[in-house]
Amino acid sequence: MQKIGQYFQSLLLWELLKGLQLTGKYLFKRKITVQYPEEKTPMSPRFRGLHALRRYPNGEERCIACKLCEAVCPAVAITIDSEQRSDGTRRTTRYDIDLTKCIFCGFCEESCPVDSIVETHVFEYHGEKKGDLLMTKQRLLENGDKYEQQIAAARASDAMYR
Amino acid sequence: MLNTLLNTVFEWIQTNILMQIIGVVVPVAFQNEALLIASTIVKIIAIIAPLMIIVAYTTYAERKIIGYIQCRIGPNRVGFFGFPLVGLGQPIADAVKLMFKEIIIPTGANKPLFIIAPILSFAPALAAWAVIPFDDVMVLADINAALIYILALTSLAVYGIIIAGWASNSKYAFLGAIRSAAQIISYEIAMGFALVCVLVAAGSLNLGDIVEAQSGSVLTWFWIPLFPVFVIYFISGVAETNRAPFDVAEGESEIVAGFHVEYGGMAFSIFFMAEYANMVLISALASIMFLGGWLSPLQGVPVIGEPSLGWLLLKSSFFLFLFLWLRATFPRYRYDQIMRLGWKVFLPITIVWIVIVSAMVVMRIPPWFN
Amino acid sequence: MFELYIFYFFAAMMLLSATMVITVRNPVHAALFLVLAFFSSATVWLLLQAEFLAIILILVYVGAVMVLFLFVVMMLDINLARIREGFARFLPIGIVVAVLMAVAMVMALKTVYLDAAHLDVFAAPAADYSNTRELGMVLYTEYLYPFEISGAILLVAIIAAISLTLRNGKPNKTQNPEEQVRVKSKDRVRIVKGMDTEQKTS
Repeated sequence: MQKIGQYFQSLLLWELLKGLQLTGKYLFKRKITVQYPEEKTPMSPRFRGLHALRRYPNGEERCIACKLCEAVCPAVAITIDSEQRSDGTRRTTRYDIDLTKCIFCGFCEESCPVDSIVETHVFEYHGEKKGDLLMTKQRLLENGDKYEQQIAAARASDAMYR
Repeated sequence: MLNTLLNTVFEWIQTNILMQIIGVVVPVAFQNEALLIASTIVKIIAIIAPLMIIVAYTTYAERKIIGYIQCRIGPNRVGFFGFPLVGLGQPIADAVKLMFKEIIIPTGANKPLFIIAPILSFAPALAAWAVIPFDDVMVLADINAALIYILALTSLAVYGIIIAGWASNSKYAFLGAIRSAAQIISYEIAMGFALVCVLVAAGSLNLGDIVEAQSGSVLTWFWIPLFPVFVIYFISGVAETNRAPFDVAEGESEIVAGFHVEYGGMAFSIFFMAEYANMVLISALASIMFLGGWLSPLQGVPVIGEPSLGWLLLKSSFFLFLFLWLRATFPRYRYDQIMRLGWKVFLPITIVWIVIVSAMVVMRIPPWFN
Repeated sequence: MFELYIFYFFAAMMLLSATMVITVRNPVHAALFLVLAFFSSATVWLLLQAEFLAIILILVYVGAVMVLFLFVVMMLDINLARIREGFARFLPIGIVVAVLMAVAMVMALKTVYLDAAHLDVFAAPAADYSNTRELGMVLYTEYLYPFEISGAILLVAIIAAISLTLRNGKPNKTQNPEEQVRVKSKDRVRIVKGMDTEQKTS
């Protein structure tokens, strides 16, 4: 008896109709698409985007060329050269991040003892020619200057969890 | 009204353009034949041009409807003259993009066959429209064997796929071609028997006569006495056009893109258009054979009871929507399940129903066969 | 007049493609040329106003038989050199068969039905003349027995072909889609309450 019932159900396409009913209902549901350039999803303060090198409020660059980030970088995307400056402190002469290698894991940021290398909330960048995605020290510092407020705000809001 | 308007336009073109040109260019002995050919070409363009627009906007409708079913909004950016217009410019932008892409012919491919394959899949889809009646007088070729003509042409579409798969010299393409060949032949049989039921019910192979045989009201259309056949015809149509859930010939998750992996640019887009043109064709045929074609559901009522092209379009768009709805709902069938469905389910049911319909016709069951 | 040109065009195409079928080296090309030959002959039949037969020719031969043919031919990896080997050896037999066929065709065409007196059969038909109806009339009255017998033979052939593919003796593992389709979720999945399992394991 049950078998006959099953045959009838499959011949009448019962399960298929149930599936169609479900998708048919969703046709009229509210759409959840975020229309990107105009609308954006909320972003965590821990978001890892484009890199930047920060400065102290007095304008001195934070990086002391300890090379922890270079060592920790799993993608070997960071290259650092350093020398002693005339005032006796050690500073970088070269700080390159190859963004085509970078996997945005955030280890560099975590390893930094002076909070120098950070990842900003900027993710809408592009390169138009070769070398555009090789971030040099100068460009990283420029990023830091440009987004300092944003970086500081993000760090302040996340400070209580660190 | 639409009919008379089209007629006047056509006659104007015939007398003022075609006759003038032919009178000058063609020798007197062949002028009659030349006029016949030229006016037929004008009619063909009058069918194909709107069809192409429908095909283009079916792709748009597909993306929109499936998007809506998945809680997305689909394409909504490309418009005209800077206005987004809910993305209505999308199909045109896609067409332009595909046109400017390079057609790459793989090494080891059979070049002439590789190029001819998309044409072979598209041509039958267009040629079948020759016998589709849009109205009681609007039909390009009012032939008596229209139904088997349709069946013959839909069976030809498989050549494009087989040849594409073989000529590409690629394993995935070949796998897709083999799957599609076996699938289309299997469902052709069920489809053929479904059409035999229609033929028995209407007593004619002519599509116009089939529609006329259904006149009355919604209840006298053939979808009631032929209901199982109607369902089987539509499902076979889905299988025949290689649409989801029967798209094993493409099967992007198992054999990349099946028979058209090696195609790009315009060559690919012709396959694409063939698929959609076939969908439109199956929808139009289903509405002609089972839902009374151009007849109004409220026959007898003034104004809206009039038979017109609009009804045919409305019914066809319902079936087109069903195509998209099915695609958004069901996962792909496994290959042996497809074969089982075609041979062990559809075929017996249609054969049994031929006997039932014949009995109904012989006994002259009232609303349909009196 | 105009039809005559069309006839010659398609007749020439038919002969040409038929020749290509047996001369071309690639078997897939040969099969496709055979398709072209079928098409051209269907067009010639259309010119004779035998639209039903023409379309059936395309439907059956092009739409079904040749697809299966292509299907098989594409799978084969034919060694062309070995095919060539037997050419000289089989030539005499081939010639004999060809001559026999030619004689048979001439004899068939020389029958009384095709002389001048009977050609008025091919006069222009009436406007409501339906090829299909005429064919059906003849098939189911005059030629009923041959028709039914050929149908029976085909049925036997189908059954024979199917029984050839059945290999009951050999043990083979196959899936049965019918059983698989009939399976319901409750046959396979047993919902166990989360709390119960935790208590059991602890």
